[in-house]
Amino acid sequence: MDQNHLISAKGLSRADIEAVLDRAGEVAADPAAAAGRHEGSLLGLLFFEPSTRTKMSFAAAVKRMGGDIVDMGPVDSSSVKKGESLADTVRVVEGYADALVMRHPSEGSARMASEFVDVPLINAGDGAGQHPSQTLLDLYTIRESAGLDDLTIGIMGDLKYGRTVHSLAYALTNFDTRQHFISPESLKLPRNVRYDLHEAGSEVKEHTDLGATLPSLDVLYVTRIQRERFPDESEYRQVAGEYQIDTDTLADASEDLRVMHPLPRVDEIGHGVDETDHARYFQQAHNGVPVRMALLDLMLGGD
Amino acid sequence: MTDNKQLRVSKIESGTVIDHITGGQALNVLAILGIDGTDGEVVSVGMNVPSDRLGRKDVVKVEGRELSQSELDVLSLIAPDATINIIRDYDVVEKHVVHRPDSVTGVLRCPNHNCISTEDEPVGSKFAVTDDGVRCEYCETIIREDLAAHILV
Repeated sequence: MDQNHLISAKGLSRADIEAVLDRAGEVAADPAAAAGRHEGSLLGLLFFEPSTRTKMSFAAAVKRMGGDIVDMGPVDSSSVKKGESLADTVRVVEGYADALVMRHPSEGSARMASEFVDVPLINAGDGAGQHPSQTLLDLYTIRESAGLDDLTIGIMGDLKYGRTVHSLAYALTNFDTRQHFISPESLKLPRNVRYDLHEAGSEVKEHTDLGATLPSLDVLYVTRIQRERFPDESEYRQVAGEYQIDTDTLADASEDLRVMHPLPRVDEIGHGVDETDHARYFQQAHNGVPVRMALLDLMLGGD
Repeated sequence: MTDNKQLRVSKIESGTVIDHITGGQALNVLAILGIDGTDGEVVSVGMNVPSDRLGRKDVVKVEGRELSQSELDVLSLIAPDATINIIRDYDVVEKHVVHRPDSVTGVLRCPNHNCISTEDEPVGSKFAVTDDGVRCEYCETIIREDLAAHILV
């Protein structure tokens, strides 16, 4: 990992990824062994945007290893409201914590923040940029059930603004995977992500329809299409409706298809799917704790 | 054609002549160099001058100032064929071409309005220079077309 920060999936080699996933596997198999491993460590949480899963799972992860959190709290009650720059905020908070986890609405914010701090900084989402710790738990979830090589994955939904997609697609180039990208024309992968995938030797197969590729998929990674990406409600409804899946859609899928979603979902995966063997999204969310324990353990200086 | 006819402005005693600038880019060259006339330099600009090599070219002469190679390399982004003559006592004492730098700082504005480099933070814009464009070091936005439109002024 570059300079002991985790800013982008591009900073993760296959060896880095496997080190985290292997450690996460050990933690999941024997959670008690990790208890107390980081007694007294403090994790600084800077969430400039709302978060449930990411924030709570990082907090749970550090607490399960004997550490604790210092939380900036909501932006409305912090100095950010008084106009403090992000650079100043992180410089101050690094004095209170052994590592920082930051989510911010601007692309590049984590990269910039990392230039101002010496403690490890984890990007927990920078606008429509990257969300690499989500990717680690996504990869862990895939590896658990399907393995990461010789894998065909479809990534569907908002590929333009979806930071989990950008990180996952890049990280998968470290493995022997075939990636299909399914989205409306207006929400295709951004140029920079496509460029990086090409540079990494990956073939970018783009589709506007799931139908033809679905039967070949081992994993379908669904993301939410957001209302605010469209000029009006009716266009949003029409487009979003084409990228929703339910048990009828999955009739053409392989029996072993794993359906994943970074959550929160709105209506892109019908609740009927929850009860099928395809559904992996809740397990995926639960995996956030052992994977983030493993990540923190390695970044805070685990054995 | 003689120099005098080609350049349409007189020779300078000392300073820098930037020749073979892509036609129409002279004012952007000056913007990149931060030369706007307020410091009192004598600046001559020739635009869309006929050129055997480029068809049309621009020429900029800055008197009394010798621009460094690193200052000039940035120009390669919008004027890749530019040639530089350093003039002392009416003679050309050094000739340079521009090379693409690895990165440029504080020259271009990131077109992504949601990029942290466009906000009120203590960092300048920073772009890595790739084979066919530039890429924001913060948000990774790639610019390939019309770099001149993104010059910070």
